[in-house]
Amino acid sequence: MKARVLIRLKPGILDVQGAAVQRALAGLGFGDLRDLRVGKLVEVDVDAASPAAARARVDEMCRKLLANTILEDYTIEAVDGERLAPH
Amino acid sequence: MRFGVVVFPGTWSDCDFHYVISEVLHQPVKYVWHRDRNLADLDCVILPGGFSYGDYLRAGAVAGKSPVVEALGEFVARGGFVLGSCNGFQILCEGGLLPGVLVRNECLQYRCQSTNLLVENVDTPFTRGLRPGQVLTMPISHGEGKYFAEPETLRALKARRQVVFRYATADGQVVRSANPNGSVENIAGVVSESGNVLGLMPHPERASESVMGGTDGLLLFQSLLGTLVEDGTFLKR
Repeated sequence: MKARVLIRLKPGILDVQGAAVQRALAGLGFGDLRDLRVGKLVEVDVDAASPAAARARVDEMCRKLLANTILEDYTIEAVDGERLAPH
Repeated sequence: MRFGVVVFPGTWSDCDFHYVISEVLHQPVKYVWHRDRNLADLDCVILPGGFSYGDYLRAGAVAGKSPVVEALGEFVARGGFVLGSCNGFQILCEGGLLPGVLVRNECLQYRCQSTNLLVENVDTPFTRGLRPGQVLTMPISHGEGKYFAEPETLRALKARRQVVFRYATADGQVVRSANPNGSVENIAGVVSESGNVLGLMPHPERASESVMGGTDGLLLFQSLLGTLVEDGTFLKR
């Protein structure tokens, strides 16, 4: 079962990488850019009996390794054509 | 005191620590491979600096879940000492052995420079040979050394005197201009609640011989060894 994990810095956490990219874009003429934050995308494919089981496993992966919840929030999305249990 | 220096794929300060412990301090030391869970014959485990597992995902994240770090929980519970420097500090935070996390330097630069560290707590096994308010000089070398903890964690850290080192001026002033990476409240090193796990971004092993520009790093080892020399056993601090 395929899923996509989006990992983002929590609101309020300074994103220095995003700020640098934003400055670079401003230099390329994108002065209209109001805000930019950089996150991570992790694509996973898990063996699971049900969409609910798949979501539970991916959620466990996020808590154990993929995200550092001091800094980061994560969301788990189903990849097109796949069904994951809703939150 | 028997030391073990942990080696992950991508560790780079392992040989430096091994050299200082064996050649400068004349203590027994061996390398410990990251897959090794057996720490029974060790008194102090060193997590050196470097780029364990390429710092993939986050600095220290993958190493923080490695077999040797998982075994550290039990090692620490039985009173073993752990010193993590640089990437070792990142690994201890990611592995849940120390609170907080280390993120990209606010200046975005990789900082390789000398720093002054104000000693805030001399009641730890690693600092018991120091004076309160003493300033140590040690180098840093990192791109992701900005210490961050949530406000409630920070309050608890301070209440329990777990902040051991802060970046400061040569005369011990903790000011923003002395902060090389944007760490919250200039924090450079913290100790666990139990006191036997120390994490710091600076490199004590690179300040352990006068030919290298200073020997302040040795003071941490000498403090630690003093705990054993005193009466032949570990003193619970």
